[in-house]
Amino acid sequence: MSFQDIVFIVFAAILLVSGFRVVTSKNPVHAALFLVLAFVSASALWLLIEAEFLGIGLVLIYVGAVMVLFLFVVMMLNIDIELLRKGFWKSLPLAAVVAAIMVSELILLIKVRGADVKPANDVMHSASNSHALGKLLYSDFIYPFEIAAVILLVALVAAVGLTFRKRKDSKYVDPGKQAKVMRADRLKVLRVQSEKFLEQPQPNADTPAE
Amino acid sequence: MIGLTNYLIVAAILFAIGVLGIFMNRRNLIILLMSLELMLLAVNINFVAFSQFLSDMSGQLFVFFILTVAAAESAIGLAILVVLFRNLNSINVEELESLKG
Repeated sequence: MSFQDIVFIVFAAILLVSGFRVVTSKNPVHAALFLVLAFVSASALWLLIEAEFLGIGLVLIYVGAVMVLFLFVVMMLNIDIELLRKGFWKSLPLAAVVAAIMVSELILLIKVRGADVKPANDVMHSASNSHALGKLLYSDFIYPFEIAAVILLVALVAAVGLTFRKRKDSKYVDPGKQAKVMRADRLKVLRVQSEKFLEQPQPNADTPAE
Repeated sequence: MIGLTNYLIVAAILFAIGVLGIFMNRRNLIILLMSLELMLLAVNINFVAFSQFLSDMSGQLFVFFILTVAAAESAIGLAILVVLFRNLNSINVEELESLKG
C-alpha cells in the first residue's frame, strides 16, 4: 500500500464521517462546521488526482463564501431545534433502507461494469491543470462562462431583493415629487396687523438707586 | 494504486448520505439545504474523477459551472429561508402550507 493510498483512505474516511455528522448532528452550527470539514477533505481528494484548480476553488468558493453564508444564517435565526427534530429517529429505518439500496446498487454497477479504465493518466501531468482549464474556459466554453457570470449576477440581485426590507425611519424623498413642488405648496404669506406700541418698559426696579 | 473505482464508491456513499439526510431532517430546512450541498459534492467528485481518469477536461469545466450554479442556488435558498423565518418565525417545513400544496 503506497503512501498515496493511505492519504486517499484517510481523506475519504474523514469526508464520509463528516458527511454523516452533517445530517445527524443536533446543532445546525455543528452541521455547518462538519460540512466545512467535508468540503476541505473533498478538495484534498481532488488535489490527490491533480485537479488543483477545482480543489482550491472548492475551498475558496465553498468554505470561504457559501459556508460562511450558511453560518451567518444559522446563527441569525432563532430556531427551536427540538421541535424540528421531532420524528428524526422515526424516519431512520426508511431512510437507511433507501440509502443502503442506493449505495449497493451504485457499487454493484461500478463493480460489474469495471469502471477502472487505467491508473492516473500521464497525459495531463505535462501541463498545469489551471492552464489547461483556462485555455478551454476562454475558448470553447466562453459562452457558458458568460452565462455563469449572468447567473451569479441574477442570484445576487435576487438575494438582495428577497431580503430587502424597507426602513420605517428612512428619510428618502421621491425625486419626482420633489421636482413638482410649487411655491404655493410650501410658502404662505400672511398679512399680520401690526400692533400698537403701548408703553415704555420700566427700568428694573430692583437696581439700587444711586 | 487509487483507481477510478475508489472515487466512484466514495462519491456513491456520499450521495447516499445526502439522501439519508433529506429523509431524516424532513422538517429542518437548513439541514435540507446542507444535504443538497453534500449530494452536489458527490456528483462533483464523480465528474472530477472521470475527467482526470479519462483525460477529458470538459468534466472539470462542468464542475466549475456546477459550483457556480450551486453557489447561486444556496444564496437564493438562504435568502428565501431568511424571508420565511421573518414571516413565519419558524423554518419548519410542515408549516409551509400557504400554497395549499
